[in-house]
Amino acid sequence: MNKQDQDVLVVKNLKTHFFTEDKVTKAVDGVDFKVKRGETLGIVGESGCGKSMTSLSIMRLVPSPPGKIVDGEILFKGENLLDKSEEEMRKVRGNEISMIFQEPMTSLNPVYTVGEQIAEAIRIHQNAGKKEAWNKAVDMLKLVGMPSPEKRAKQEPHELSGGMRQRVMIAIALACNPELLIADEPTTALDVTIQAQILDLLKKLQNELGTAIVMITHDLGVVAETCDKVAVMYAGKVVEYTDVDSLFENPKHPYTEGLLNSIPKLDEDVEELQAIRGSVPSPSDLPKGCLFAPRCPYARELCHQSLPDLTEMDGEIKVRCWMHTEEWKREDTPITNDKDQTDSDKGVTLYAAGNS
Amino acid sequence: MFVFIARRIFQMIPVLLGVTLVVFLIMQMVPGDPAVLLAGESASDEQVQQIRSQLGLDEPVVTQYFTYVKNVAQGDLGTSIRTNRPVIDEILTRLPITIELAFWSILVTIVLGLLAGIISATKQYSFSDISLMVVALLGVSLPNFWLGLMLILYFSVKIQIFPVSGWGTFMHVILPALTLGTGGAAIVARMTRSSMLEVIRQDYIRTAKAKGVKERIIVYKHALKNALIPVITVVGLQFGALLGGTVLTETVFAINGIGRLIIDAIRMRDMPVVQGTILVVSIIFVLVNMIVDISYRFLNKRIDLN
Repeated sequence: MNKQDQDVLVVKNLKTHFFTEDKVTKAVDGVDFKVKRGETLGIVGESGCGKSMTSLSIMRLVPSPPGKIVDGEILFKGENLLDKSEEEMRKVRGNEISMIFQEPMTSLNPVYTVGEQIAEAIRIHQNAGKKEAWNKAVDMLKLVGMPSPEKRAKQEPHELSGGMRQRVMIAIALACNPELLIADEPTTALDVTIQAQILDLLKKLQNELGTAIVMITHDLGVVAETCDKVAVMYAGKVVEYTDVDSLFENPKHPYTEGLLNSIPKLDEDVEELQAIRGSVPSPSDLPKGCLFAPRCPYARELCHQSLPDLTEMDGEIKVRCWMHTEEWKREDTPITNDKDQTDSDKGVTLYAAGNS
Repeated sequence: MFVFIARRIFQMIPVLLGVTLVVFLIMQMVPGDPAVLLAGESASDEQVQQIRSQLGLDEPVVTQYFTYVKNVAQGDLGTSIRTNRPVIDEILTRLPITIELAFWSILVTIVLGLLAGIISATKQYSFSDISLMVVALLGVSLPNFWLGLMLILYFSVKIQIFPVSGWGTFMHVILPALTLGTGGAAIVARMTRSSMLEVIRQDYIRTAKAKGVKERIIVYKHALKNALIPVITVVGLQFGALLGGTVLTETVFAINGIGRLIIDAIRMRDMPVVQGTILVVSIIFVLVNMIVDISYRFLNKRIDLN
């Protein structure tokens, strides 16, 4: 096998459930995807669809109790992370797999300097001395484009802006040159102009270091900008797995279509954006058939009866929808959801934009 | 920092004036005439009157107070009615004993409190958490004189490892320090637990985990330093309670410190000693709280003292 094509991460049938007193919440329920060396996989979906729990599961950082990975495999360079001891996992975290989080404002420890926080990762994983780790930390700050890195390294997080803090997070994550970087909505909390800078930085560093990235986001703009492959998640399951071009040109799943329709287009003058009506079902109270059926404009009786499999279409594209199956051709029940419902609550929204 | 300390010392003046005023008024309201107590039961009215004018007790209360404040401002705490020795000497001979007792007690408070709090927080809802918190609840509820008596009964009388009373060796310190320190330890434990529980749910603790930091280092380095701020406030306040507690503890263990000096002085209506001692204790309390405020700054540089 060509080393370039090697899969860094293969997730098979991952199930992460939360057990509370009276119910089981299936936050992640049978997720499959793979990421190749140097590739970026986007995981897209609305809030609460299980994207973040998928990423925490890969790191084995699901808050437990109540969370538990109940099934599946997470193969990192061929080894199942779920078989590793806590001690072995510590050697993987921050070293071979790193993570950056959504909230740069609260993700850094307020009582230590940013230099110390970067150096800590280097000292843990590379047996570096204090001085050596500090110098490397300053180098990392330089690498992530921090102006006057020597001075910044001695500052505490509260002295830095959100964008600067996210750069520090990236420096921590990449300090040990990991093979996989999980970025959990890395730009969501940032101003639009800073978002672009951070995404450019990630792309640039990926090219330099050859890191594979799992980009968790709800923003299709981020997907278009950064990703090679995309997994669209809905209610704990992958509903479409495709490459980024096909996603935008030829979305297969009605949910993906809905997500794309809800983005404003510059070349079309529309009065109102099409929203996907309803909201993501609670993972503790899922519908019986296809999870998207209650919100789907194409749903027929079959969709409410049973859950379709994630089936391969052409090439690597997979989709979990009855519409792309043989059964659909025989299905002659009427469409169940009334389209007009979506027009019920029209209103005017003012959008105020600008840097904070 | 220097400006801060100077300002805090300046702010002490109204606090101490308030303390003298309150103590002065309370002692005025307490029944019993120091002159009568000093002269003895069989003394004639004239003798009592004579003593009274010697002590300046025949002057109006307001004049007495201002004379006292004026003398204190000049560094003169007056003379003990009972022993005729300068109040400052009475205090200085006993102060080291009380400071030593307070030091060991606060050490008990901090060490036991922090350890119990950390164990409880990191093993939330476990058997050790629940049992530690039950013990802490007992620690808060038990009056310390009773605890002192029970400790004496068991460790000094029954199994005889520690001396019953007195002062001098390290063995003498242990029981009084435990008596005085456990109440505070219980409060510190509960505070540490809740503060740690809040901190270990923060995003930066998740970041530390994602870096591959060991659990122990996450607790003692990343979490504890953040969790300590409210705990230190409590320790500072506990120090005040502890100074109050020395009165009872020193009496129970027959230790000749400031606490007993206050008790004896109150009993004899020895006004200058009562006033002087409480003034000194207040100064110590204010200074300790200043140290607490300064230590915030070291824990978290976001806190601006000025």
